[in-house]
Amino acid sequence: MYHQATWDEPLIIEKSQPGKRGHSPAGPSDIERKIAGDLGDAVPRALQRNGLPPLPEVSEPEVIRHFVRLSQENYSPDLGIYPLGSCTMKYNPKSAELAVQTHKLEKLHPEQDESTVQGMLALLYRLDKILAEITGMSRMSVQPAAGAHGEFLGCLIIRSHHRSRGELEKRTEMIVPDSSHGTNPASAAMAGFKVMVVPSNSEGMVDLDELKKLAGPNTAGLMITNPNTLGIFEKNILEIAKIVHEAGGLLYYDGANFNPLLGKVRPGDMGFDIVHLNLHKTFATPHGGGGPGAGPVGVTKELERYLPVPLIGFDGKKYFYDYDVPDTVGKIRAFHGNIGILVRAYAYIMSLGAEGLKTVAETAVLNTNYILSRILASGTYDLPFARARKHEFVLSAKKLYDSTGVRAMDLAKRMLDKGVHAPTTYFPQIVDEALMVEVPETESLADLDQLVEALLGVYREAQTNPELVKDAPHYASVRRIDDVKASHPKTLTLHWNNPSISKNREVLNEEISPEESKSGLTSPPSR
Amino acid sequence: MAQTGHPFIPNSSDQLRTSMLKTIGISSLDELYSDIPREVRLKRPLKVDGFPSEQEVRSNIEQLLKENKSGTDYNSFLGAGIYNHYIPAAVKAIVSRTEFQTSYTPYQAEISQGLLQSLFEFESMIRDLTAVDAVNSSLYDGSTALGEAARMAVRATGKYKVIVPRNLHPDKLSVLRNYTEPVGIRVEDFEYDKETGGPDIDDLQAKLDHETAALYCEVPSFFGTLDADAVRIPSMCHEKGALSIIGFDPISLGGLKPPGEYGADIIVAEGQSISSEMNFGGPGLGIIGCRGENLLRQIPGRLIGMTTTIDGTDKAFSMVLQTREQHIRRERATSNICTNEALLGIGAAAYLSLLGPKGLHDLFESILVKTRYAIKRLQEIPKASVPRFEAQHYQEFVVTFKRARGITSRINRKLLLAGMHGGRSLVKDFPELGESSLLCVTETNTGEAIDRFSGLMTKLLRG
Repeated sequence: MYHQATWDEPLIIEKSQPGKRGHSPAGPSDIERKIAGDLGDAVPRALQRNGLPPLPEVSEPEVIRHFVRLSQENYSPDLGIYPLGSCTMKYNPKSAELAVQTHKLEKLHPEQDESTVQGMLALLYRLDKILAEITGMSRMSVQPAAGAHGEFLGCLIIRSHHRSRGELEKRTEMIVPDSSHGTNPASAAMAGFKVMVVPSNSEGMVDLDELKKLAGPNTAGLMITNPNTLGIFEKNILEIAKIVHEAGGLLYYDGANFNPLLGKVRPGDMGFDIVHLNLHKTFATPHGGGGPGAGPVGVTKELERYLPVPLIGFDGKKYFYDYDVPDTVGKIRAFHGNIGILVRAYAYIMSLGAEGLKTVAETAVLNTNYILSRILASGTYDLPFARARKHEFVLSAKKLYDSTGVRAMDLAKRMLDKGVHAPTTYFPQIVDEALMVEVPETESLADLDQLVEALLGVYREAQTNPELVKDAPHYASVRRIDDVKASHPKTLTLHWNNPSISKNREVLNEEISPEESKSGLTSPPSR
Repeated sequence: MAQTGHPFIPNSSDQLRTSMLKTIGISSLDELYSDIPREVRLKRPLKVDGFPSEQEVRSNIEQLLKENKSGTDYNSFLGAGIYNHYIPAAVKAIVSRTEFQTSYTPYQAEISQGLLQSLFEFESMIRDLTAVDAVNSSLYDGSTALGEAARMAVRATGKYKVIVPRNLHPDKLSVLRNYTEPVGIRVEDFEYDKETGGPDIDDLQAKLDHETAALYCEVPSFFGTLDADAVRIPSMCHEKGALSIIGFDPISLGGLKPPGEYGADIIVAEGQSISSEMNFGGPGLGIIGCRGENLLRQIPGRLIGMTTTIDGTDKAFSMVLQTREQHIRRERATSNICTNEALLGIGAAAYLSLLGPKGLHDLFESILVKTRYAIKRLQEIPKASVPRFEAQHYQEFVVTFKRARGITSRINRKLLLAGMHGGRSLVKDFPELGESSLLCVTETNTGEAIDRFSGLMTKLLRG
């Protein structure tokens, strides 16, 4: 039976003892000290710190044990299946990790002369070409650090496009489906657009009549993921593209759900003008406990002139930084991108090739449909909307909640007791008591069966022993966490010098909002 | 279809597929794609040539990267935002734990306590170093942290002007403009003093008015100067009802006053130097923190809090104040950020735990000494101002060559031939400084390497 490690590990500050240290940095030589002279006035008095910085004093072995113990209190895809919908939590190949562990990458400074980074530029140039081929776009920028960052860049390009046509003043509206990832409306709003929501129809796809009503002279663009967050392929995508384009808007592809389309369908062939990819999803780079990721953006030929600088060029002999981008948006981060992630993605693609990439897509869809078929055959959860799903599906536990009072959140917590990660819950918001399941291609049949058993097992337990489920988890490092207390203004604790929960903290003195109290119920998808 | 499975794809053998298709009740994989209209399907294989073995993939990448001349191959004096520091082996061991590395944002807190506690410790340590109230668990990099800080300040004050130093890394300025222009925020700059490189206080005060949401200042400055006037700036901001954003260098806080102590409302930094290698500039670690409840409500990204289990038996950690974030508030969120740089946050927690108070202070002092040493050594080179500015410096300083146009790039080319990466040229971005270069020295530059560098510079400039 699964039981997560429990170490009761204190905070590292509680392990601190005066006089200990875990690392001695290299100091200057005596000659350097002598020539550098007296340090008395080396820092203006007004800027001098009073005493030593307040940090823990711990030895190296203690630091290692502390963090290794903590790591054992952390579930990960290297331990088991992680069916977090829309996050594409696939296995991260170890060869890609080794590929980046070289001073030829680690010790490269981003402002080195281009003659000294020819290998690096060659790799990035190739990656640009490969990702453009995979997405059916003309050229990529590898600058964005994450999917949402790519979305933001996409929105800036949309602004530039309309500005160049003298239409920015009126094209103020960005359309997003009601099933879209939260980052889509958030990115559009950050870029100054007003967000217009197009509802889904009874099949779980964009309602074309509603879209026609929204699209018009004020439309800047439409941001959409396909397959959508229900895992349903928007079969009217060409019609959607036509409506948006005829209204004068641009079509943005949110690549979060691209895994099932690798080598099968390309966003460029569906009429998209701008595309981002999440390399930490589709291209198997590690998610880092939340990041770093990478969100390269590809565009059509027409939009290349807005891409961030520099792009990487090749003159037949050498690679160079290409600043010849006439209407560039400039930079969206410092330097060139999350290079370590880009190199891992390149290694992944090279490990698969065209045939392998297609196998990735097909197997992800096969695995997901295998799970879905077994769930539907069990007569437990409901599957709102059409049956045909790609990489993910969203179940509803509404019926179970009505009859037992057990919520999707409780089911998710009980699943943790069974040695699997839980699905994404309460997303998309158009499904009640939603459990969003995505199983990538890297899961074995035994893993899939374990997940099915976990999903069905918690359902049965909710019917026979609802308290067991509502009290879950029982075998995780800690029991159910008090999320309301965690965010409540009176008990909010953002810092370890305030360890006593009760006497905290005047930081937020407004009353808790209904939205706030709901927040504990939300485990949304990744970007 | 491959007969034998691909190493990463357990269910890719014919045999397994047939049995799974049977469970689904279909006979071919194509049926799983039958709902996709024919017009949009790709009717040819992708033009992507891979390699049949792991060994060949590794070899391909090694062959490509081999051509690079790294900071190990060459002696390097480049800084300007990304720094070559020594990263302890224990930091690398900790961030290589795949329990941290391969997991995602800790949505299921009960099985993600390790990540949550580590990030809580990161936030606490940065908070202690900077003396603010709260720090988030990371943004993309230092430049996007500045962009987000400007937007925070505008939301908190309802004013739409942000002022930055003119001596700012051009990438940072460009990022800031992209983060602010779409929502109508004006970015202005204040001059630096031509003698000292510090803030031109007269110009700063002329720009700072009641329309100003925030003013940004860096300590040390982009030119590496330590400016005593910086500590007066927050109160100047407050007098005009503006917020003060201070950019800091994390290691420098081993010896410099925490920005929170002289009144910074928002603090931002690039944290690469305390978490990871340079990696050609990415990933970075965007650090952001703030003082006061008003700003806390506006902070972007993940915040980790300490709480208890519902039964009250254990301390526990979880993501807090999530209603600020995109997954709940959508277009009304404080930011669109979702994926961040959490693993570098863990790296920074490990780094700061290892160095501790003494280690961080010693490292600060080591860099300070080496900076002074390099300046003294380079003062031997003819027809050059070393340093250009009359100020104390930390880690970086400007050198101006009193020679014909083009000398900066000529010298850098000659240094490359001798196996050295020279300083970052300032000629294009700061033409008023003439032929100038920004040089950087960290604990990784040995005295001997500095001697060789200054010796060669002297020789080159004498000729």
